[in-house]
Amino acid sequence: MIDQKIVDPQHLFFEADREKRFITGSEAVKEAIKRANVDMAISYPITPQSESMHLVGDLFAEGYLKEYFRGENEFAVMSEVTGAAMAGVRVFTATGGPGTLRAFEMFPTWVGARLPIVCAFLTRGVNSPLTIQPDTIEMAFMLDTGMLMLHAEDAQDLYDMLLKAFIIAEQTDVHIPIGVYADGFFVTHTRETIEVAPEDDKLPGYNPYSSPVPVMDMVNAPVRQMRDPFVMKSNFISYATHASWQQEVLAAGERARKHIDYYLNGLLEVENEKADILIMTSGTAVSQSREAIALAREEGINVGLVKLKSIRPFPTEEIKALTENTKAIIVPEFNRVGWLAREIKSVVKDSDKVMGGPRVFGGMTMPVELILDEIRRCVS
Amino acid sequence: MERKMSIRMSGLGGQGVVTAAHILGAATTRDGKFSTVNPFFGAEKRLAPAESYVRIATEKINERGEILSPNIIMIFHPDVITMGKCYTMPFFDGLQRNGKILINSDQPLDLSQEELKKLDELNAKIYYVAATSIASEVGGTELSTNMAMLGGLMGIADLVSYDSLQVAITERFDGGNFVASATTAVLDNVLKSKYKKITQLIDSNMKVMEEAASAVKEFVNAI
Repeated sequence: MIDQKIVDPQHLFFEADREKRFITGSEAVKEAIKRANVDMAISYPITPQSESMHLVGDLFAEGYLKEYFRGENEFAVMSEVTGAAMAGVRVFTATGGPGTLRAFEMFPTWVGARLPIVCAFLTRGVNSPLTIQPDTIEMAFMLDTGMLMLHAEDAQDLYDMLLKAFIIAEQTDVHIPIGVYADGFFVTHTRETIEVAPEDDKLPGYNPYSSPVPVMDMVNAPVRQMRDPFVMKSNFISYATHASWQQEVLAAGERARKHIDYYLNGLLEVENEKADILIMTSGTAVSQSREAIALAREEGINVGLVKLKSIRPFPTEEIKALTENTKAIIVPEFNRVGWLAREIKSVVKDSDKVMGGPRVFGGMTMPVELILDEIRRCVS
Repeated sequence: MERKMSIRMSGLGGQGVVTAAHILGAATTRDGKFSTVNPFFGAEKRLAPAESYVRIATEKINERGEILSPNIIMIFHPDVITMGKCYTMPFFDGLQRNGKILINSDQPLDLSQEELKKLDELNAKIYYVAATSIASEVGGTELSTNMAMLGGLMGIADLVSYDSLQVAITERFDGGNFVASATTAVLDNVLKSKYKKITQLIDSNMKVMEEAASAVKEFVNAI
């Protein structure tokens, strides 16, 4: 194993000197995992995620990870990840698009079992006709799995969010899995300058006794996911257990707010919040919006920007407070269904002022002009 | 240089369109500018359309994805135009006014009157460079076509220094940090097998670049 120095998360995230690198988003995943003190990673290739897990495999070869293998398919990988987390190790994997849907059953299972797994979702289209290009539709499906969801705008975010996700997920009062999402190709395959901490520093290892649920017997067969068989029965105790447990899992997500607030410096970021028109979005749609806002400014139109970093938990109160006096909210999205506009509409007081769109999907780039047109429409 | 330059490179899979963009982006970053680079392709295969995009600016670049309105278009293979092996039709779709087009061909292509008229309206400048021929004759391998195209770019625009290009090529082929996909790794190995030492690969490609830079010819659009 490579000898690295264990440093306080606080130091790694906020204090350590950072070095500039001109790298892709996939390489940023490697840089994050290199410093994350991950015990084990399991992979299955799917574009645009394949390079990331290939590079994590290289980390294993270089001696940064204790174990790494390629699973049989995405469902197998997510099940194997479950076993690893139950056995008490820090585990990482990644998938995207069709891979996400294929593995889907395991995501709510992780949450119910209180496993602090970190998974990168490097998003891509899933609809027919086939595309390997970016689209955030899979995030719509993930909203109600109980998993926490962070959405990276660029490779820098992806690096930072992955490292911080381990620490947030493993808090005893949270202890549920986190998905870190980044738009395929627009982040994974784009080369840009990012800043990373020294590579001989790493996070403290996972302490399995931080788990809020009792340790399971993972040695004597049959190995089980669930401790108490009575929940398998159809009776009042079973219903009561389910009701209380599912509430507790949701509460764990709520309790994550303060940690996300601290480590990510807020569930959202705001620029120019007093503007009559706000663009509110997440992922690379934020980057496109920054350009559109700069062009609008040249035309004398004042537009603010709200970047949502946490989708689960959703920054409900923050958005309510921010949009009290806003006249129009534009929500550009890289998917057909407009799941983010729906989420925002569900919390803004007067939902009529939420303009869903512009939307592109199936891998199309979002032309900045589309957002600018929407801004102009809101002015007139 | 303008505040922001957008370059679209269109070619065929295996020609090194992605590598050329990588080297150009890394070199301009080394020169102290901001750059982002991204590719666009379908399921990987040789000779299928492949594009890459390089943005170069004097300040941080936010916009990402496909470049829809390039200042410069680089065509790595005549088939991009003549066989329509391209994600954008016509090949100059979205070109900004006063933009430049650099085409790899030994002689001017037979563009239609309609295309020439539109290019004239855009006040576009068209340049030809025999990149594949120069790569074969000077570099001893067609695999240096992408470096010849970068040389051609050096001949028509002031974007980056030769010194930084040399460092970027060295890092790409000798840094040990670059991870290539399976098909790219195969081509990398073929290229490296042509030289005894990696320094020869670098010197040879720099020579290809400089030769191509001086061999660019401007096409006079007579319309």
